Amino acid sequence: MDFTLNKEHEMARTLFKEFAENEAKPLAQEVDEKEMFPRETVDKMAKYGFLGIPVPKEFGGQGCDILTYVMCVEELSKVCGTSGVIVSAHTSLCVDPIMTFGTPEQKEKYLVPLAKGEKLGAFGLTEPGAGTDAQGQQTKAVLDGDEWVLNGSKCFITNGKEADVYVIFAVTGKIEKKGRVMKEISAFIVEKGTPGFTFGTKENKMGIRGSSTYELIFTDCRIPKENLLGQQGKGFNIAMHTLDGGRIGIAAQALGIAEGALERTIAYTKERKQFGKSISAFQNTQFQLADMATKVEAAKMLVYKAAMKKQEYVTNNKVSYSTEAAMAKLYAAEVAMEVTTKAVQLHGGYGYIREYEVERMMRDAKITEIYEGTSEVQRMVISAGLLK
Amino acid sequence: MKIIVCIKQVPDTKGGVKFNPDGTLDRAAMLAIMNPDDKAGLEAALRLKDQYGAEVTVLTMGLPKAADALREALAMGADKAVLVTDRVLGGADTWATSTTIAGAIRNLEYDLIITGRQAIDGDTAQVGPQIAEHLQIPVISYAQDLKVEGDKVVVQRQYDDRYHVVEAKMPCLVTALSELNPPRYMTPGGIFDACKAEITTWGRADLKDVDDSNIGLAGSPTKIAKASDKVRKGAGEKIVPDSPSDGVKYIVEKLSEKHVI
Repeated sequence: MDFTLNKEHEMARTLFKEFAENEAKPLAQEVDEKEMFPRETVDKMAKYGFLGIPVPKEFGGQGCDILTYVMCVEELSKVCGTSGVIVSAHTSLCVDPIMTFGTPEQKEKYLVPLAKGEKLGAFGLTEPGAGTDAQGQQTKAVLDGDEWVLNGSKCFITNGKEADVYVIFAVTGKIEKKGRVMKEISAFIVEKGTPGFTFGTKENKMGIRGSSTYELIFTDCRIPKENLLGQQGKGFNIAMHTLDGGRIGIAAQALGIAEGALERTIAYTKERKQFGKSISAFQNTQFQLADMATKVEAAKMLVYKAAMKKQEYVTNNKVSYSTEAAMAKLYAAEVAMEVTTKAVQLHGGYGYIREYEVERMMRDAKITEIYEGTSEVQRMVISAGLLK
Repeated sequence: MKIIVCIKQVPDTKGGVKFNPDGTLDRAAMLAIMNPDDKAGLEAALRLKDQYGAEVTVLTMGLPKAADALREALAMGADKAVLVTDRVLGGADTWATSTTIAGAIRNLEYDLIITGRQAIDGDTAQVGPQIAEHLQIPVISYAQDLKVEGDKVVVQRQYDDRYHVVEAKMPCLVTALSELNPPRYMTPGGIFDACKAEITTWGRADLKDVDDSNIGLAGSPTKIAKASDKVRKGAGEKIVPDSPSDGVKYIVEKLSEKHVI
């Protein structure tokens, strides 16, 4: 067992860190306050291949591994949680399912431009009545000749209005499973600009405010028959597989937010003087920082382990990384919330002020406990593995 | 077109400076980066490659860990890398360095050689022009803009308050200013390829037309008498006296206590 990063990962970390500091950090506050989608940063990330990190070169990607992708999301999230989730949603939730379940034609048409960053991806599973309970889907797809006709809506969709390619789930019929009638769910690839596909409400969020979270509306939206992703009726499996991977991306985002808050708190407590000395000289500060750093390190180990487990899956699809992904997301998200909350506390009154980044980080951290499976869902996944 | 870019791994000034007992830099103990002027020179070469198609070879002389700077250059888009490393080359000043690099370059084909103006550790700005002198090719230094037109380069050479437009027929050497171009980032895929790439490594025996009396510490006319880092002063003691005379009294007491007066 080796805990040292190899040369390419060290270099990749340097790259992502430099990029994040130079390109994402200067915009982070504006992105948050103005709910501004950082298009300029996304274009630069596309140029440097950040939007296709774990995709083989033959499909226009960078040919790197999952750990490299995780480190990209982590470093971006250290300075800007919005930038982190844009890459995560694009890569884990749109690029990955098309790479895993797409036909050669779908890969050529969609995966290549997505991996090159010419197009941005999104994923639509959640509906007003179907969050944790994905079976509650109401959006329907009916085959009419050579076209699927979609009707319904999706909500809380990351990269919502900014994406070009969407992986969308819809009910395509009914199936009987163990005597129970259940919805048959299938996955589809939908392009922006398809007639009948429009955008609804833009969500005004607590955190990750620049990530363009929209409602997607489908009204007699006709897409070609060949845009069915994977087999008809396998949509639920595709969604669960995709979310397993997505959780590693969000775990990396949570880890990055926690690390960013810790870094800033260490710097602040050294500078801030009370009673004639730096507040870092007080034992309470020291013990708080020690606990924060220990938890961040533990989260990092879980996130990197999950990334490496998914890497094993890439070469051997019998390997399951579901439990590792759930543990990484559960722990990293809760650590992000705890560490950012303590970071604000250690900043005192200044921590509550917008100019100090920890205020934003605490708001950004909260969503990591909710999206791509709440912490409660992660506990369900983990315990299901234990008790099967 | 074949372009050679000479780069140097230099101590990252953010990481602090450490010296060997003989006054030379302890490079092994410091964080290292690619010299900023050299990186701008590399970017200029890569832009020529993007524009006209060119083979870009990066070359450095240094400790084995200088290979890291070469890998960074490969990850940015350079095609080949050469590391010149040998114990007998250590402690070289600008003369011995330029002699060594010219000896390595004589093994390579080139139309254009680009070096940085100067390295942030020595600030001499001598190595680039000296290489050109050894190779007997024209040199244009302080390039703030660089274009290739046919078989010549057209360079804006920077002065304090103006620039001169200077042309030279290739093969020639240009020294680049860091403001020449903002350098591109590496790409993740470039990094993975660079880590697998083979780096050509040459020692003393591979240098062409180089005399032993002109290499390493022994072949360096520059002798360092003394080098030191900035000495950090203590925070001192701050007091706010009630009156100027109280302040004077306090200082006199302290100085007496320490037997200064």
